[in-house]
Amino acid sequence: MQAGQDPLEKVVCETTVEIKNADGLHMRPAMQFVDVANKFNCDIIVSNSENTVDGKSIMQMTMLAATCGTKLMIKAEGADAQIAIDALRELVEKKHFDEPLPGDRKE
Amino acid sequence: MEIKKGIAVSPGISIAKSLIIDSEDYRIPRRKIMPSQRMTEIQRVRNAFRDAIEELTQLEAEQDQTEGGKIKDIFAVHLRFLRDRSLRKRITDFIHAESVTAEYGVSTVLREIAAHFSNVKDPYISERAADIYDIERRLLRQLLGRRREDVEHLSEEVAVIARELSPTQTAGFNKEFVKGLATDAGGRTSHTAIVARSLGIPAVVALEDLTEIVTGGDTVIIDGNRGIVIVNPDDETIQQYERYSHELVELEHKLDAIREKPAVTRDGTKITVLGNIEFPDEAELVLQKGGEGIGLYRTEFLYLNRPTEPTEQEHYEAYAETVRVFQHRPVIIRTVDLGADKYTQSKRFAPEPNPFLGLRSIRFCLQNLMMFKTQLRAILRASLLGEVKVMFPLITNLQEMMQAKMILRDVMEDLDEDSIPCNRDIEIGVMIETPSAALTASTLARDTDFFSIGTNDLIQYTLAVDRGNELVSTLYSAADPAVLRLIRTVVQDAHKAQIDVALCGEVASEPDYVMLLLGMGIRTISITPPMIPEVKQIIRSVTIEDCNAIARKVLSMNSERQISSYLRNAARKILPEAF
Repeated sequence: MQAGQDPLEKVVCETTVEIKNADGLHMRPAMQFVDVANKFNCDIIVSNSENTVDGKSIMQMTMLAATCGTKLMIKAEGADAQIAIDALRELVEKKHFDEPLPGDRKE
Repeated sequence: MEIKKGIAVSPGISIAKSLIIDSEDYRIPRRKIMPSQRMTEIQRVRNAFRDAIEELTQLEAEQDQTEGGKIKDIFAVHLRFLRDRSLRKRITDFIHAESVTAEYGVSTVLREIAAHFSNVKDPYISERAADIYDIERRLLRQLLGRRREDVEHLSEEVAVIARELSPTQTAGFNKEFVKGLATDAGGRTSHTAIVARSLGIPAVVALEDLTEIVTGGDTVIIDGNRGIVIVNPDDETIQQYERYSHELVELEHKLDAIREKPAVTRDGTKITVLGNIEFPDEAELVLQKGGEGIGLYRTEFLYLNRPTEPTEQEHYEAYAETVRVFQHRPVIIRTVDLGADKYTQSKRFAPEPNPFLGLRSIRFCLQNLMMFKTQLRAILRASLLGEVKVMFPLITNLQEMMQAKMILRDVMEDLDEDSIPCNRDIEIGVMIETPSAALTASTLARDTDFFSIGTNDLIQYTLAVDRGNELVSTLYSAADPAVLRLIRTVVQDAHKAQIDVALCGEVASEPDYVMLLLGMGIRTISITPPMIPEVKQIIRSVTIEDCNAIARKVLSMNSERQISSYLRNAARKILPEAF
C-alpha cells in the first residue's frame, strides 16, 4: 500500500502459501494464524482445494484440517490487505509457526 | 396421560409440576421450544459464552509455564474458540431455525464440529476433537449451572426429573420445594435414591427414557411405593392419588408413635439405631424419628457447589451445629469421601478413566494433606462439644489407616502448639467397604476403636457391579453369598478384638435384611432417618433367637436368588404388617 492512498479504497491481495511444519495446521498454529489475521482491518479468506473459510475464525481455520504440504490460498480485501498478506506469509512459510519441520523430527 | 414403570427407591407420593435438569455428561435430549422463546435461549447462549470466557481467562492467568506452557496454550486456544463469532453464530442460527433449547444447540453444533475433526485422517488433527468436547462441557456447565441455581431459588413445589443426578446437583436443592425425584438411570443405591430417602421424598429411578417424554412444567405423579411415574395424569387419577397419599401419611404418623420406645428385641437385646445424615439440618430429623445419634455424618456437602475449599471455621460450624443437637449422644463424622464424582473430576485436567478405582476418598485426602488437615482440625475442635468420633472411609490396607491416624496425631500436636483444646482420646474408626479391608479386618481391628461396614461400596467392589448402571444393576445385591461372608468375617473379627462394629449401608434399612443382620451379630445400625421408625418396629417384633436361626440358614445357602427369596418369605412370616 502506498502513502496517500484513500484508506477506504478497496485493495485486494492474494497469495498462495504452503504449510511447512510437520504437524500441520493444528490448534496452536491455527491460533497464531487467527491472532495475526485479527490484527488487521481487512477481510481475510483462506481456501484449500475444497473449502473457503474466514481467516479470522479459529473454528473455520482448524476445520480446513491443513496438513504439512497443503497449499492454502489467502485472499485479503481492505486497506491494509498487503501488510496482512505479508505478515501471514511470514508466519506460515518463514517462521512455520515456530514449530519443527518434517526433517527436524528425525534428529 | 402416560404411565412409566421404574424402580421405587424412596417411598411416598408426590404430585407436582416437573422441573427437568440436564446432566452435563450425557447427550442433551432434543427439546423443542416455542418460537417466541428463541430470543431468550439465544441470550442464554451469549451469556454462557461470556461467562465461559471470563472463567477461562482466569484459569489461563493462573497457569504457569510448566510443561513448556502447554496447558496455558490449550486454554489460549479454547479462548479463541469461545471468542469466535462464527462459532457463536452457527449455534444461534441453529436455535433460531430449529426452535430448540440453548443446551441442545450448543451440544449439537459442537458435536458436529468434533465429529468433523474425528474424521480427519491426520491423527494430530483428529485428536483435537477432545478440545471441542471440552469446550462443549464448559459451555454446558455455564448453562446448566444456572439451571442449578434455579433449583436453589425455587418458589413453588416441583418434582425434579433428570437423566441421573450427581451429588453436586442434589447438594444445591432447595429442600423445601423439591417434592420428588425421578431419573432415567440409577438403581436402589444410586445417589438419587440415597438423597431422596434422606430428604424423605419419593423417588423412582431406572425409568429409561422419562426425560424424553416429560416437558418442563408437566404435572407428574411420582409413586415411590409402586415405582410408577405418571406424566400428565387425568383428574380422576389425581384424585385417586390424593386419597392414597393421605392414607400413607396416616400410616407414617402411626409409626412415629414408636419414636420414644427403645429398639429392643422381644427377648431383651438392645439394638442401637443411629441416623445417616448429609447436611447439618437433618440432625433434627434423626431425633424426631427416634434415632440415638449419628452413625454416619457425610461431609462432602461442604465441598460441593462452591468455587473454593471450605475453611476450618466453616467445617467447625457445620459440625458444632450437629453435635449440639445430640449433646452426649454419639456423632460419627466421616472424613471427606470425595472422588469418583464431579467435584474432583471437574478439577482435573484429564478426568480419570476409572474414577471408582482411582484417586478417591481417603486416597484423595492422603494426597491433599492441607485439605485433609483443615477438616481434621475442625473435627478435633468440635470434639469437645459432645461425643464426637472420627471415621476414615474406603480404607484398603493397614498402611493407609496408620497414615491417616498419624496425620490426626500431627494435627493434635499442632492444636497443642496453638493452645487449642481438643479431646485427645477421640475414638477413631474405619469404614470397611472394600473386600481387602474386610479380609484383613482382624489386622485393622488391632489399631482402631470401631468398624463401620459400608455395604453400598462393599457390594459394588465385591461383585464388580456399578450400582448406577441399569444394564447390570440386578447383579448388585446384598444377598450375594460373597458379600454376606465378608460381612460375617468383619463382625467376627471385631468381636474377637472387642471393638464396636456398626453397619451403615442402605441394606440396614431394608425390612428383608434387618433380621439377618441381627442374626449375624450386628448390634448397631445407622440408617437414613425416615426409615428409623419402621426399622425400630421390626426390631421390636423379633427375637434374637429367630434372627440367629435365619442367619444360620442363610449362611449355608449358595445362591443370591435362593437367599433373597428366603429372606423375603421369612420377613413376611414374622412381620406381615411391614409389607
